[in-house]
This record gives sequence, structure tokens and C-alpha cells, in this order.
Amino acid sequence: METTYREAMRTAIREALLQDDRVFLMGEDVGAYGGCFAVSLGLFEEFGPERVRDTPLSESAFVGAGIGAALNGMRPIVEIMTVNFSLLALDQIVNNAATLLHMSGGQFNVPLVIRMTTGAGRQLGAQHSHSLEGWFAHVPGLRILTPATVEDARGMLWTALEDPDPVLIFEHGSLYNLSGELAEDAGPVDIHAAAVRREGGDVSLITYGGTLPLTLEAADRLAAEGIEAEVLDLRTLRPLDDAAILATVVKTHRAVVVDEGWRSGSLSAEISARITESAFYELDAPVARVCSAEVPIPYARDLELAALPSAERVVAAAREAVGGGG
Amino acid sequence: MGTVSLNTPPTGMPHVPEPDLHQVLTPEGHRRPDHDLDPWLEDVTATMLAGLHRDMTVIRRLDTECTHLQRQGELALWPPLLGQEASQVGSAAALHREDYVFPSYRENGVAYLRGVDPLGLVRLWRGSTYSGWNPAETNLAAQQIIIGAQSLHAVGYAMGLRRDHSEAAAISYFGDGATSQGDVNEAMVFAASYHVPVVFFCQNNHWAISEPVTLQARRHIADRPWGFGIPAMRVDGNDVLAVLAATRRALERARNGGGPTFIEAVTYRMGPHTTADDPTRYRSKDEVEAWRAKDPIDRVEAHLAATLTDSDRDAQGGPLTIEAVREASATAADEMAAALRTGLAGLVDPGPEALFEHVYAEPHHELARQREHYRLYLAQFDGEQLEAGAR
Repeated sequence: METTYREAMRTAIREALLQDDRVFLMGEDVGAYGGCFAVSLGLFEEFGPERVRDTPLSESAFVGAGIGAALNGMRPIVEIMTVNFSLLALDQIVNNAATLLHMSGGQFNVPLVIRMTTGAGRQLGAQHSHSLEGWFAHVPGLRILTPATVEDARGMLWTALEDPDPVLIFEHGSLYNLSGELAEDAGPVDIHAAAVRREGGDVSLITYGGTLPLTLEAADRLAAEGIEAEVLDLRTLRPLDDAAILATVVKTHRAVVVDEGWRSGSLSAEISARITESAFYELDAPVARVCSAEVPIPYARDLELAALPSAERVVAAAREAVGGGG
Repeated sequence: MGTVSLNTPPTGMPHVPEPDLHQVLTPEGHRRPDHDLDPWLEDVTATMLAGLHRDMTVIRRLDTECTHLQRQGELALWPPLLGQEASQVGSAAALHREDYVFPSYRENGVAYLRGVDPLGLVRLWRGSTYSGWNPAETNLAAQQIIIGAQSLHAVGYAMGLRRDHSEAAAISYFGDGATSQGDVNEAMVFAASYHVPVVFFCQNNHWAISEPVTLQARRHIADRPWGFGIPAMRVDGNDVLAVLAATRRALERARNGGGPTFIEAVTYRMGPHTTADDPTRYRSKDEVEAWRAKDPIDRVEAHLAATLTDSDRDAQGGPLTIEAVREASATAADEMAAALRTGLAGLVDPGPEALFEHVYAEPHHELARQREHYRLYLAQFDGEQLEAGAR
């Protein structure tokens, strides 16, 4: 069945609300409005204001309350409108959700799921458009998911809710309208393994989330030039699937990391480091990176596009890695 | 748990009319006595009211023009202020030049009264430049997108004013939704503790995107500051005179070492949150119509129509009639709109080299390397650009 990423995510939330009465959704405008990205459209009407709960404009408060509810046996899904606003709740996420198990000697786990939109491309300016999931992937105690396909949008949430620890799900804003084929019986998926989205033997394109579609497009263009790229979708940023990263590099001997986050001190830096640590002698070319320009993401359309990774840049980096068209 | 819906107002809390709402001009245009506000309105003349009418008419037109420009694809986004003209004009008219304003993204009317060229607002929302005005010339900070964050900046600025024994004050604008943010509450703690010359100006426009004000506050927003030790006043935000008087009173208190004041201007966002929003999804037509009857411009017009006499004169000494007031306001709005459209045609999109501007105030070697890398990358396409040009 043909569906969109947005609808798949909504189906996942709906199923969770139906299957477990401990589950509830809360956040800004998630109720009658249906969410600022229309993910929860119709759920308020179906489940009512107790289970699809609009909150005051208090990110720290509703994440903190989500932690409290999770500690007491509930299974909250907290929606933060954009990753930029998650910074208002950073203390609750990093100092609390991620540490309470440790600081209670294992007595309090926090089965909280936080969903948020990330990324640029919609002319929302520097305070609504950043890609900060790499920061969160730095923090022990959190599990970081980046669904990039309709299957993962449909399937990751339930597995995340079953996880005993706090899970953050980053939904790239450009993916909501992505449509794809979803099996009628599609359901929960794993949240620990990376996935090869395209097989190839010449170069590995390693990416996740919002940059998966453009990376696949780049792989198509490279194929037309005779370069077979393998595309690895990380899916989970913490913990990283080291084995899958290693396997593809051992296969192709060349790697390009595509990450919409900024380059310095980033997830792409971490992946590059891991490749050099564990597969240095497998490499036939330096690890390359395609990241966002290190500027606040601009509001002007052309500048915003110029700041972001593009299929063209991935193609250029891959050509360079294989030695000018290999 | 109870089953109280958060989407319906608690009983016993009608919005207007209400005894604790300061109102000087009724929706019908009748002047009402107000013990607290009247001393601040002694200089009000028909000419001054005509000026307020003109300013509100111009910014309504500016707002309408920009909303249309967004619909035509000329602006990426616009946050309409329709319905909030009196709150913005009344408060901004009370400010002195040396006072400093910390706005949210919706204070386009305040910006206009601070001397910002309407074309500057268009440049900003079009993305032609990163900013639409010079803060040093206007004493207007850059717009804030994060809800409520600017309230803390205003308090910090006011701490500096106090240190300098300045006679200026700072004013922070925000909405009803922002009062739930930690920043706004922490700003009130700081302002009270340090007794700084700041005015917290809350435009309660009843909606934070789709969320009604009753979700942010079970009592009037103006009840809350008292707990922080900050006096507050709840005024009719569609009454330009009440807003003017309340803001003058608060600013004077700040200048005289009286510390912070909080104003809740009760108004209504007649349009969408931004042009990306569709308010018909979450509020009733009846509610909007009820507020239309409290229009801020209509009531000034009604008041003038009822009170102008043959002896009232305009600035040129000619007879001041309601027709003349309407015409002068409409002409000012037309001229602004014409200049806006002419100016728009001359706006140039930023070139790709602008991408790396304003990240750091001084040269930065990593950014320079990135800029050079990008320049070389763009140079690869020179041929293609020529081809496109040849076509």
C-alpha cells in the first residue's frame, strides 16, 4: 500500500494508543490542530484530550512531566515541535532522562519516547532548522533513532516504546511528504541495526535520516557513470552499528559520510574516526564528508539550499573518492 | 483524574466586558472614565487621535499587503498582526526614542513606529537580507523567534540601564503562550530582584498557534506577575488609549526607579499564527466575529465621529472632519503600500557568497577555508551557467 512518512508515523502512534492504555501523546498543538507537521491529525478526535494532550508552551515542563509519568509506569510519547526547541528542555533530557537510571542505582528507568522534527529545507530560518541529533547521540543513557523510510516511520515507535530507556526519535521535516510502498502487515522493526539501502562495490555512502533520499539519488547518478555506490542507512545514531559500517568499508574500501549536521565535532567526525580506528588498512582513499556549511541555517531559499548537502555534492565527493570516475 | 477539557474556558471567566479590564474607549467609541489611566491621557486631542488612527490604518495595510505578498510567493512567511493594531500602536507611541524594545516576530507595527522602513520588513521576510533594520538607529532589537527568549534580554539590558543611571527603560513584547515559558518567568524573577526599569508587555491575543490562552493560564495572565512582586495591569488591547496610558504609566514608573511593570493587553489575533497556519481548523467563526465587533480602528473612528466639532483643526489649520481623518489615513496607507511595491521590485536576492557572512564578527580561518572550498565548487558550474544563459 502506498503511504507517506507522515501517515506511517501517525499509524504508529495510533496503534500504540490502541494497544497500550499507558501510552499518551503530549506536546504543543498536537490536539485539535493535529500537530504542526500534521502527524497527529485526527488522533485527538479519536482518543480525546487525556491521551492526545496539548501542553502549555513549556518544553522543559512537558519533557520533565513525561519523565515523571514514565517513572510511574506510563509510556509517554512527547512531541517537541522542532529540535531547536528541545534546547529549552536540554536539562530534562541530558541531566535527567539520561541519568536517572544510573543515579538511582538501577532502580528508576525512564521509558520515555521523545519525537521531534529536525533539519532544514523549508525556509524556517536559523531558530527552526538545525540538525542537532548528533549532539544527543553524544549522550550516554539515550537511544537515538532517525527513521528515514516509511517502514521505519511505521515501525520504530513501538519498539522504542518497549525500550526501557529514553529514546529520541528525529523526524526530518523534509521526509513527511515522502511516499513509499508499505506492506499491509507492516509493524514494529528493530532499532539497533543499520540497513544497506542499495548494494554496490565501489564506494560506501554512509548516511541517515533526511539525507537518505538525496544520497540514494546520488547513487543513481553515480551508477549512470559506472560507479556502483553502496548506501548505508545508519537508522540508529546511538548506539552506532559499528559492524555494519565496518562491513561496507571492507567491501568498497572507500567511504563518504553524508550528514546534515555541521562538520566540526560531529557525528560524521565520529563515523570517520571509527572507520580509521577499525578499518584504516582497508581504505583506498581518505574518508570524505558532505555536511552542512558551518553557518546558522539561512532563511533565504537559495542560501539555505547552498548550505545543505545535495546529491551533486555527494556525487562530487564519491567521484573524488574513487579517483576521478574510477 | 477529572475530565475537564483544557480546550474550553473555565466557567466564571468571561473575557470582556469585565470589571478588572481597564478600558477607556468602548467598542462603540464611548469614552469611559478610568481612575488609573485618565491622568496619562490629559494631552489627548482630536489631532492626536487622528494620528493614532492613521498609524493603525497604515500598519493594518502593511500587514494586509505583506500577507498578500506571501500568498503571491514574494515572501516565504509572514506573521500577521491583524487585530492587534491598538496594542502595538498604543504601546509604541508611549515609548521615548532612547527606550529599547525587545520584540518577538509579530511586532511589525511596533517596528514601523520605531522608524523601520516597511520595505525593511519585506526585505527581512523575503530573505533578501538577514535583518530588516539597524538596531542602533531604532533601539529595536532583532526579532526573536524562540518564544519568550527576548524577555531575558530586556531584563539584562535594563540591568545595564540601571547601572548607567539612565532615564531610559526597556520593554519586552511577547504573547500569551510565552508566559508558560521558563524564560519569561525567570525574567520576572530577575527583574523583581534587581528592580530594573523594564516593562513586560504581553499581547494576550488568545491563541498560541492552535492553543487557547486557557491552556496557558487558568487565571488572568495579569494575576501572575504579582506573585513575583511585579505590579500588573490588564487593559483592553483593542483600545489604543488604554494601551497608551498603561504603557506611559509603566514607563514612567521604570524611569523613576519604580522597577518592573507587567501589562496584559487583551486583544485578538484575527488572522493566522503565520501564513503557514489555518485557524479555521481550531476556532469558531463566531468567536472571530465577536472580536471583529471590538475592532481597534473602528472604535477610534466612532469616537471621533461622535466628538469632532467645528472648532477641531488639522495640522494645517483646516477643519478636522471624520471624512478628512479617514481620507488622510487611507492616503497614508496607499502611499506606504505603493512605496512598498515599488521597493519590492528593486530587491535583489543574496548571492551565494552571502552564505558565509555574519557567522563570526571577525575573520575565521575555518570559515575562510569553507568559503574558498565553496567558491571552487561553484566555479565548476561556470560552463553550465553560461549554457543556461545562452538558452
